[in-house]
Order: sequence, then structure tokens, then C-alpha cells
Amino acid sequence: MNTWTPPNPVNLADLGFMDARSKLIDLAAFLDRVQRAGQDDDFRVQALKKAAGLLSLDQPTRAREVLLSFSDPGAEPVEKAAMQGALGAFKV
Amino acid sequence: MNYIEPHGHMVSRTTDDYERMALAGCRAICEPAFWAGFDRASAQGFYDYFRQITEYEPKRAAKFGVAHYCWLCINPKEAEDLKLAEEVIGIIPEFLGKPGVLGIGEIGLNKNSRNELRIFERHLQVAQDHGQLVLVHTPHLEDKLKGTRLIVEALKNFPAIRPERVIIDHVEEHTIDHVLDHGFWAGITLYPESKCTPHRAIDMLEQRKAARIWMNSACDWGVSDPLAVPKTMQAMRQRGWSREMIQRVAWENPVAFMRQCPKFQPPA
Repeated sequence: MNTWTPPNPVNLADLGFMDARSKLIDLAAFLDRVQRAGQDDDFRVQALKKAAGLLSLDQPTRAREVLLSFSDPGAEPVEKAAMQGALGAFKV
Repeated sequence: MNYIEPHGHMVSRTTDDYERMALAGCRAICEPAFWAGFDRASAQGFYDYFRQITEYEPKRAAKFGVAHYCWLCINPKEAEDLKLAEEVIGIIPEFLGKPGVLGIGEIGLNKNSRNELRIFERHLQVAQDHGQLVLVHTPHLEDKLKGTRLIVEALKNFPAIRPERVIIDHVEEHTIDHVLDHGFWAGITLYPESKCTPHRAIDMLEQRKAARIWMNSACDWGVSDPLAVPKTMQAMRQRGWSREMIQRVAWENPVAFMRQCPKFQPPA
């Protein structure tokens, strides 16, 4: 079994802050945009707002929790595929 | 630094892409059979497609000094037509002896329907009967979690297919542990929007110490980037990864999985 050598420490805030800042502002602007247009009752927008609340979690599992919040929580297969694509958020 | 692209749908890419990938260090590409963007009308359409990826595409890749391998199946998106799916599965064995065929894939689920599950299991039976490696596609977006769980459960019903001979692709943060903890290999797909970014991929690789994981671009006819793997290798350098560990993920891991098929020869 090959051994794992951890990477040399780097300043991850230097590396990623501006990119993350940009994405967060984009998310905020998107929520503003759909609200101004009266479209913020769309289930996908509601799912985004719910997921955004998970960013304030204390544990470093935020990405996993956000993905789980968008997911179909069921366990059983559906009878028949009604479409071929996916929407990005589970519609209850 | 050289790398292997273990999942690329090159029939939908240009020769310019082959050239750019070769210039970036790509030495081998593995092409799973997939959906054409529309439902094919007959098994004959698949026969021609299988000829394309087993006969023609390797020649196209060779012009750029890139080895080409492939996997065979009917994609779960076409599994609702059970008669067509059965006909296609019936012609797969004819192609399994071709020099570049590594196994059955990318099979799996799309919308997690009963028919998809039935056809997934039919493919697994072919893989088990013919001693083939298996490459599994997990569903998109909101369907991925449930689909991954169903796939792992279905695989348990084929004990002759050992987990280390199965790679479950397109994992993300909410599915990777489930896949690896059951002994399977995991594939991380680098997509601009709908799957995983380079830094998220690196996060997962670090969390799981890069064991039994490969990364791929899954470049196709949709929004995708055939240079996603070398771009992620560059991000690894920025994140302090050593040359040896980058090589582990970009070369040694895909080689370790695919050389379980004797037909796979790591490029010199």
C-alpha cells in the first residue's frame, strides 16, 4: 500500500478567498434578482436559501451538508423515469 | 507531467482536443460508452457506436500519441426501453475480446427507476459471467445520493464481482465515503458546473489520502473541459502537493485499477 504524504502547508485564505468571495456575492445577487422578479418561491431558490443557512455550521462538513440538503432523501427506486435530466434540488 | 484521462467521451470531441490533451501530458484516454444526447432507435445504432469506440477512436487517438481504451454498455438513460436495452446487452459479448475493451461501463442509474435498476443488474451479470471490470455512473445532482446507495446495494448481490474491480464514478462529498468504505474505487469528475471543481476534488483527495480514487474530466458534448485533469494537477501544486503525490493520483491510481484488466498496458 502506498503511503500518503500530506501536502506542504500553504495559506489557503490567500489562495482561495477572492474566488470564494466572488461566488458568495454572486449567490447573494442571484437571490436578490429572483426576489425582485417575484420568482423567489421557486423550489430551487427555496432550496438554495435553505442550503445557504448551512454555511454557518461549526464543523468542516458544510459541502457535504449542502449536497445532502439538495438530495432526494428516499431509499426506494421510482416506478419509471419521468424525465432524463436533473433539476439540482429535490422537489418534495 | 504525464497523466491518464480515465473517463473521456472522445467521440464528441475534436481533434484539437486530442492535440491539446497530448500537449498537456495525456498519454492514455479511457472512453466509457454513454448516451449520445438523444435516444438511439435500434441496437444496430449501438453496434455501430461500439465499432466506433473499439476500432476507429483508437486510431484517431494514436495520431496524437495517445493510447485509447473503452468500456461497453447501454447508458441508464436508455434503460426504460427494456427491449432495446436487452438487445444491446446481447451484442456486448461480441466486442469484449477487442484489444482496447477494459470492461462494462459506464453502467448505473440516472433517475433511480426500477427499469434502470433491472438493466444495471443485467449488465452486472454480463460483467460477472465474463470476468470484466466495472465502471459505474452515479446519477446527477439531487438523484446522486439515493442512486449511489441503490447501486452499492445492487452490487452486493454479485459477490463474484469483487469491490476492488469496480469503480463508482462521479462521487461528491456526500457519497465518497459510502463508496470507499464499501471497498470500491471512487472516481471524481471535474465539471465546470454540475459535478466537482478542482479544489473540491483536492479536498476529498486529502480527506481520503488519495487511496483508491481517480479523477477525470468526463469530457463529452456538454459543458465540460478536456483539460480538467491537468488543471487540477496545477491546483494541487498550488496547494503544496509533491510531484510524487500528484503523480499518484493522475497516473498510478488509474493504472492500478485498470491494469486489473490484462489488456491495459501503461504507456511507457
